[in-house]
Amino acid sequence: MLCMQNISKVYRTDSVETHALREFSLTVEEGEFVSVTGPSGSGKTTFLNIAGLLEEFSNGKYELDGKNVSRLNDRERSRVRNEKIGFIFQSFNLIPELDVFDNVDVPLRYRGMNAAERKQRIERVIEMVGLASRMHHLPSQLSGGQQQRVAIARALAGEPRFLLADEPTGNLDSSMAASVMELLTEINHTGTTIIMVTHEATLARKADRNISVRDGRVNSGQAIHIAAATA
Amino acid sequence: MIRYYIKLGVLSILKNPVLSVLMVAAIAIGIGACMTILNINYVMSGNPIPQRSDVLFHVQLDSWDPNQSADDGGLTEPPNQVTYLDGTALLKARKARRQVLSYQSSRVLQPADRDLRPFEVNTRSTTADFFPMFDAPFLYGRGWDQAADDGLEQVVVLGKEVNERIFGGENSVGRTVMMNDDVYRVVGVLDEWPLVPRFYDVTTQAFNEVEELFFPFGVSVAEEVGGSGNTNCWKPWDEAGWSAFLNSECVWMQMWAELHGADEKQDYMAFLDAYVESQKAIGRFPRPLNNRLNDVMEWMADQEVVADDVQVLLGLAILFLIVCLLNTIGLLLAKIMRRSGDISLRRALGASRNAIFSQYIIEAGVIGLCGGILGIGLTWLGLRGIEVLYRQYEFVENLVRMDWVMILAAVALAIVSALGAALYPTWRACRIHPAEQLKTL
Repeated sequence: MLCMQNISKVYRTDSVETHALREFSLTVEEGEFVSVTGPSGSGKTTFLNIAGLLEEFSNGKYELDGKNVSRLNDRERSRVRNEKIGFIFQSFNLIPELDVFDNVDVPLRYRGMNAAERKQRIERVIEMVGLASRMHHLPSQLSGGQQQRVAIARALAGEPRFLLADEPTGNLDSSMAASVMELLTEINHTGTTIIMVTHEATLARKADRNISVRDGRVNSGQAIHIAAATA
Repeated sequence: MIRYYIKLGVLSILKNPVLSVLMVAAIAIGIGACMTILNINYVMSGNPIPQRSDVLFHVQLDSWDPNQSADDGGLTEPPNQVTYLDGTALLKARKARRQVLSYQSSRVLQPADRDLRPFEVNTRSTTADFFPMFDAPFLYGRGWDQAADDGLEQVVVLGKEVNERIFGGENSVGRTVMMNDDVYRVVGVLDEWPLVPRFYDVTTQAFNEVEELFFPFGVSVAEEVGGSGNTNCWKPWDEAGWSAFLNSECVWMQMWAELHGADEKQDYMAFLDAYVESQKAIGRFPRPLNNRLNDVMEWMADQEVVADDVQVLLGLAILFLIVCLLNTIGLLLAKIMRRSGDISLRRALGASRNAIFSQYIIEAGVIGLCGGILGIGLTWLGLRGIEVLYRQYEFVENLVRMDWVMILAAVALAIVSALGAALYPTWRACRIHPAEQLKTL
């Protein structure tokens, strides 16, 4: 479970204070697929960064998987990121000089797994995203959709409890976007909690629940339990 | 993980070939310049006889004029060499375990083979203890003994090259050579003896090679063979002739004593002091008592075998290396900042700051290793350049040798330098915020 209570995030420069999140509270249950929508600058990405322990917050409390992660040190935050969270980015963020296998290998390297176990996991997730035949291709030799699949494989290789996706289909055409969404849905059905930031209402509707963020706050009136709404 | 980081380092070098080549070149040029001078300094200041340097003592007696400096050393410095009178007196007293009195000369060697023309050789007239005291390596036979010294036997020890020239490199022990019309029996042939510096006589040129032929001191004196090294005199002698020269206050011989431990050294110094006091009683040694015993390395330092200008050059070379490293810091910083997206990504995927630090410091080590290997090549070129530039000086050949210690030192210095240069850029890499670049990747 992911639970944020009254999280605030303020960016300060010498003369300007920007409130990216204001008393942001949200609970995501285990196994949920939550979409987060909102206009540009509403705080979606800041929320996702804080949820993924990529950024610290100014005030509030954050529990992840039953553990208070509000004030962890760098090493502990890195470990939590590595073991519990998988990231999927809009622009895939693959390392261009590494092939598919080695890109998927990156998070496993930081977990200190032995070579045999890493190989087994990597091959399994690459096969799962349908790229077994491209194992030793460089990212530049793959289409956008394939690159995003590699990114998903990389996120899944560590068997995370949470998958955080920031506009995962933003750089893909509609057919590739549909296939990536299909893959994410499949992954969610295996029990992985997914939080997906998106601009596209059609994609947001594929989630179990949609959270609308505006001015750094959850727009509670817009929170929709999609499954209930469609029932 | 180290292997993984090395792999990433190599990939990173290949990914940015221009920047990488610039960094490797900056390190290599700095290392090449620094190691060229360092190598010369190392050869010059090396211990030529490490296994015995602490038991071999150079003897100085202050027999000089109280109103003049000896050997540019000032009024309080004794002369570097001894007179014939004093040298032979110390020799006869036999107060040290072993002792050597010697001087350099030049003789004409007449090969028995009539097809070979006579040629001039550098010789050293010395006493029997020279060979065991200075660990001279023998290819055939050995040095002469005390009896040969006492009996004025006409024996020689040949250098390897001379033996090859006259006897085609065969074992020539027992055969004879003619030197200035006298017949000498070969008792030994030396092997290669790269003695750098040639510590036993630094008054001529410390980096010249050892002499090509050795023969007994007593025979040399009896044959009236003059020295070809430095002869310094402060007092005119009354009569002309060899005998008068031998009895003069001219210093022209090098005296060494083998002494083990502080007690032996103390006893020998007491003996020297007593000897000088006895000479003062007959009107010699006008200066105050000022005898010296320096072991090999003390003597090398006293004689400033490593010239001052080499030390200055070394300082300049180190400064040049620092300038190269400052350039490397700038290049590394540019490279790392260019890869801040990669760093953010790795941080997001679970890399701690320590992991990022390790990755980039090892990458710098790989660059340093490449720079070191290239630097060895540049050092070799630098040494060859010095050899060509100063080829008129015979001793230069002995200074431009590069041994394994210096090769490994070059690589180690390059890696350490690269790691040092990488500290700040790597620290900056560790400070890159994980979320900073992910959107812009």
